[in-house]
Amino acid sequence: MEKKVESGMSSIVKTITSVMVGFMMLFAGYFILFGDEVPGGGFPAGVMMALAYILITLAYGREFVEKRVSGITASKLTDVGVLIFLFVGFFGLYFSGTFLNNFLQNNESLFFTSGTIIINDVAVALTVGMSLYLIFLALAIFGRVVCEGSLCKDLGRDSEEEKE
Amino acid sequence: MNTILLLHLLLVFMVIGSIITVEIKNMLSAVISVGAVGFILSVTFLFLGAPDIAITQVIVEILSLILLIRATINVDNVAIEEKGESIFSNRTTLIFVGIILVFAWIAFQSLPAFGEPSMRISRYYLLNAYSKVGASNIVASIILDFRAYDTFGELLVLFTSISGAFAVLRRGKIDKHKDHLKIDLET
Amino acid sequence: MTLYFLDFLLFMIGLYALVTKRHIVKKILGVAIMEYSVNLFLILIGFKMSGTAPIMVADMDFATFIRTAVDPLPQALVLTSIVIGLGTLALMVAIAIRLYERYGTFDMHEINRLRG
Repeated sequence: MEKKVESGMSSIVKTITSVMVGFMMLFAGYFILFGDEVPGGGFPAGVMMALAYILITLAYGREFVEKRVSGITASKLTDVGVLIFLFVGFFGLYFSGTFLNNFLQNNESLFFTSGTIIINDVAVALTVGMSLYLIFLALAIFGRVVCEGSLCKDLGRDSEEEKE
Repeated sequence: MNTILLLHLLLVFMVIGSIITVEIKNMLSAVISVGAVGFILSVTFLFLGAPDIAITQVIVEILSLILLIRATINVDNVAIEEKGESIFSNRTTLIFVGIILVFAWIAFQSLPAFGEPSMRISRYYLLNAYSKVGASNIVASIILDFRAYDTFGELLVLFTSISGAFAVLRRGKIDKHKDHLKIDLET
Repeated sequence: MTLYFLDFLLFMIGLYALVTKRHIVKKILGVAIMEYSVNLFLILIGFKMSGTAPIMVADMDFATFIRTAVDPLPQALVLTSIVIGLGTLALMVAIAIRLYERYGTFDMHEINRLRG
């Protein structure tokens, strides 16, 4: 009978993290959806998303996080954020004649009363949040990459077999 | 009158905090006191009538404290101390800083008086933001509708600097031979 | 006017740390202090005496709002500047960590001696 080694921090930290991450993502979503009426906007929303992911990474260890949101997913989401902004600009060019024009402005629907501000907020929050999460992963988690043929495996930060 | 006195007090606290940051020898204490300067700055933004900048400054301060503590704490020893003298001599730099401060005092006389901004460009934004865009937060409607092109450029700058940091931090690949791979799989 | 001068004193303290100290992380802290002082200066320029934040509450008179609102344009510029400052700080910390792993020290004199 061997004991399973738990990674990450103690179970008190894990329990509190699982409650607080929900509140952090809710706060970020509140800033994105109501960014045109409440002080805040897209930038604090993105940084708060990055902080929520950093908290999960610190409390649960890197194997838990790599199955769910790995570094490759984070870098793809960064590109998606910039591309959403670009496409909104081109839609403005197609509908109204100038780049990044607000083509939905001042209508009466529930969420889009201020036009393309909400879509731009989502793009900004995705780009900022995933960029900062990626730089945290690169500073703290990623180690040396070992390749055999075409299989590449990523050793952790404090592995002793690759010191030169 | 009360607001002006409070702003002076907060700025004096920030100057004292930054002098402590620069002169203290233990690196972990220096990082903590730069965090304290950032939080006092956020309170100053709140008293200057900029609530969304105060929110952004608090959150960015927390993240930059995480990055700076990662730089100062190592596996070998915690909180590396600073040793030795400086590159330029201390007294020469202080004399030059004093001369620059004297000239700055003269130069700041020609700025407009504190508390009366000439809002030539912002008058258009304040008058037309609610009727043309439909948003109540004027700062959000400036950065995402009137000047959305600048925000697009800012996203590209952030993207590029994070890609640059990622490229600097990437370590090399090591190719193992085929028989070494067999030994690894067997154990 | 003394507020502008105290702000410039903060900038000079950050510049002094960047020029004079030997430890790399102290230089990075000097750059961070300079960024704080520049953002504060931009917001101080746009402050109106006994003014309110530029956010329209529902039942506010429009003419009063125009007369007492703080200048919103420097706030829009500072908002992006704070986040870009965080990005450049991340890049500087990454370079400092790579220098430590390559030369084994944070001291700039030692790195200049060991280089090459």
